[in-house]
Amino acid sequence: MCQVDEEYASSLEQKSLPAVSKKCMKCKEGTAVLIIRVGDAFCRGCFKEYFIHKFRAMLGKNRVIFPGEKVLLAVSGGLTSSCMLAQVQEGLSRDAPKKLRFMPGIIYIDEGGVCGQNAEKREKAVAQLECIFKKTGFPYHIVPLEQVFTLPESVLEPVGRREQPSSSASYKAAVDQHIRSEVTRGQGEPAVEESQDALGRLHLQASAYKPEHKLALEELFSSLKTLTAKQDMLHTLRQHLILHTARINGYSKVMTGDSCTRLAIKLLTNVSLGRGAALAADTAFSDSRYGDVVMVRPMRDYSSKEIGFYNRLFEVQSVFIPGLDTKTADKASIQRLTESFVVKLQADFPSTVSTVYRTGEKLNTACPPQSSRTEAAAKCLLCLCALDTRAEDATAFNATLMSEQLSRCTLEEKGQSDAGCCRGQNQACGDDGCCSTSRVPVAPDLKSLLCYSCRLTVKDMTALDSLPPYITSEAEKRQRRAAMKTEIGEFLLEDEGADEE
Amino acid sequence: MPIQCSSCAKNRAVLRRPKTGHSLCKHCFFWAFEEEIHQTIVSARLFNRGETVGIGASGGKDSTVLAYVLKVLNERYDYGLKLLLLSVDEGITGYRNDSLETVRRNQQQYDLPLTIVSYEELYGWTMDAIVKQVGLRNNCTFCGVFRRQALDRGAMMLNVDKICTGHNADDVAETVIMNVLRGDIARLHRCTVISTASDGEGAIPRCKPLKYAYEKEIVLYAYFKKLDYFSTECVYSPNAYRGHARTFIKDLEAVRPSAIMDIIHSGENLSVKEGVKMPVQGTCSRCGYISSQSLCKSCVLLEGLNRGLPKLGIGKHHRLHDKILAQQALTEKEQNKLKAIEF
Repeated sequence: MCQVDEEYASSLEQKSLPAVSKKCMKCKEGTAVLIIRVGDAFCRGCFKEYFIHKFRAMLGKNRVIFPGEKVLLAVSGGLTSSCMLAQVQEGLSRDAPKKLRFMPGIIYIDEGGVCGQNAEKREKAVAQLECIFKKTGFPYHIVPLEQVFTLPESVLEPVGRREQPSSSASYKAAVDQHIRSEVTRGQGEPAVEESQDALGRLHLQASAYKPEHKLALEELFSSLKTLTAKQDMLHTLRQHLILHTARINGYSKVMTGDSCTRLAIKLLTNVSLGRGAALAADTAFSDSRYGDVVMVRPMRDYSSKEIGFYNRLFEVQSVFIPGLDTKTADKASIQRLTESFVVKLQADFPSTVSTVYRTGEKLNTACPPQSSRTEAAAKCLLCLCALDTRAEDATAFNATLMSEQLSRCTLEEKGQSDAGCCRGQNQACGDDGCCSTSRVPVAPDLKSLLCYSCRLTVKDMTALDSLPPYITSEAEKRQRRAAMKTEIGEFLLEDEGADEE
Repeated sequence: MPIQCSSCAKNRAVLRRPKTGHSLCKHCFFWAFEEEIHQTIVSARLFNRGETVGIGASGGKDSTVLAYVLKVLNERYDYGLKLLLLSVDEGITGYRNDSLETVRRNQQQYDLPLTIVSYEELYGWTMDAIVKQVGLRNNCTFCGVFRRQALDRGAMMLNVDKICTGHNADDVAETVIMNVLRGDIARLHRCTVISTASDGEGAIPRCKPLKYAYEKEIVLYAYFKKLDYFSTECVYSPNAYRGHARTFIKDLEAVRPSAIMDIIHSGENLSVKEGVKMPVQGTCSRCGYISSQSLCKSCVLLEGLNRGLPKLGIGKHHRLHDKILAQQALTEKEQNKLKAIEF
């Protein structure tokens, strides 16, 4: 295998870069096996060192994962997440110079039910992954996507941010304390115990899905008319499942395998999907929108090419599992189109990915993530980001509502519509002041609870009742509360910030 | 069976709105299109009564429609504006002289006074002469920078309160994507703003009343109104990189028609992290025009042309600004780097 790579690298050098020496640019001794960037030829050993260092540096620099913390690794079987798993294993191994000190677990979401795989193929993929997971010795959770139909509505409730010291001094204190306690307890032992314990529990977790849930899931996805909306919905549901699994098993961090290339694509995709307000949260190193569980992206400094090379050179196993957009045309969905756009542009302009990625680093959310105290209604029901749909004057959002109204209503009404155009949402509870908990709306007005982008996804849906029950019941709950609030509105004292909780 | 207009439910629909997908009759489409621009103008408070507004007119579809609609709305809603047409003659044979003919016809058709400022009188260089020295690559940089300033200078000569340009929704979306691709955080921050600040010294506020109008709807409007406009690509090759962004926008629109507005929405909701360096607006020490450097881009480009070093303004050569200001000669090495490369 290595030989194949060596031949490849040398042919590359001969063809396009005759001037580059075949020696490693770092140690100046070993034979170069690959070129990461123009002119940077690495030998096998130095590449490995460089790669591993980058992972530790990413975690070390950001200091969000505390020693002893339970961290859930979201592994899809793909190149990047498999590589992330390998990096965590490497970092936890006894001979690692700066050992990682968190306690990992693995989650795999089996999405075969919506990606057109039959039961046999799904079982095969799961078996392959289990084989990889077992070798790591980490506890793992295999969750079929069908389980979204069993989720409780509490998944969507905003949870207060866990009190965690964030300054670097307290981080250091936590590390010191962890080391001391480890010494007294006898090294390593508890970790092993824990993982065996978890392995025992595992079989309950990997329970199969019920056939009615399989049908419900199929119905949900067939009611989404566009692939763009399907991909978006799949992402949302997957996040909810991961979040729920993390919560019930006591994981406070989730690591996802987003490479630099993937994040650049995601950034442009999200711009195109109208998710500009959540751009920073969607692509930053850590994303704390869920409050108690923080999403972390430790692979964000690696390009997909680097990861491909690493996996190949050091035999990191990955499993190919077809997704929603596998074998689709370039223009099948916005996500797919953006991916091919970025990849093609990157081929001609090699700095594309890194420039886009760095653009993301400089961004902040315009409406800053609200504190835990803010009411649920201020966050999107699906993506849990702060709502970006305030009806302000002269915004694209308002202009779109305006266009729709102008092309729909009759000429007589148009004269009146001049003043405002998005009163429609609030009217429902404003007119009849007696909405009470007993009167459950049949079809909740989902739209008003969603952010701009999630509205677009739901707009592409033909049957809203095919949404999983936890979403609809939480929607109803929020609406009842909003109605209640309008009812008692005149008695509430307006006090910014301090009135909640 | 003919489709009925979804708005008036009386007439036969003649078009499907690219923006919303509704089928409309001619009359209702005109009404909706004009009304939306009126809403944009009113809600963003673009103009005040009694102001003189210069319309940047190139003779192309966007500015032609802009001039027409502004005139209609000014009369319909009694904005009380004095409208002028302002054109820039870049000096491109076979392109601009033809399009300026269209603007002259518009002047008569819409009865709006027209002023033309030319690169030649302002800078002493026509685009034809610039391309002769620079070559076909990068010449759009010169044209773009010079045009922006030419429009401002023309507006100042006419004592105009505001300038409006025909940038449409597609243009704004494309600019958002371009700025993400280039990592230009300062411009990304500014590009979706509908009107530039009016308190800036030395600069006349600019606005984009067509910011939320789809390019396709502008063409539909011009088509059904039988407006006279000029539609030819510039003879000097268009910017290749921007072309990629443009194609991407068109493809996105085909996948999901609302994508253009969605991108603008994204752009409007972005903000820059604290601590990210942003350029500070100052003035050019040579010509007094707004600039973030000691010399404005236009002066640097012009200096490059006059010295026979056209690449002086392409890329970043801030370190040389002091030398330019002091009228010093550049070293041989610096000169060689900045000469035009022949292909």
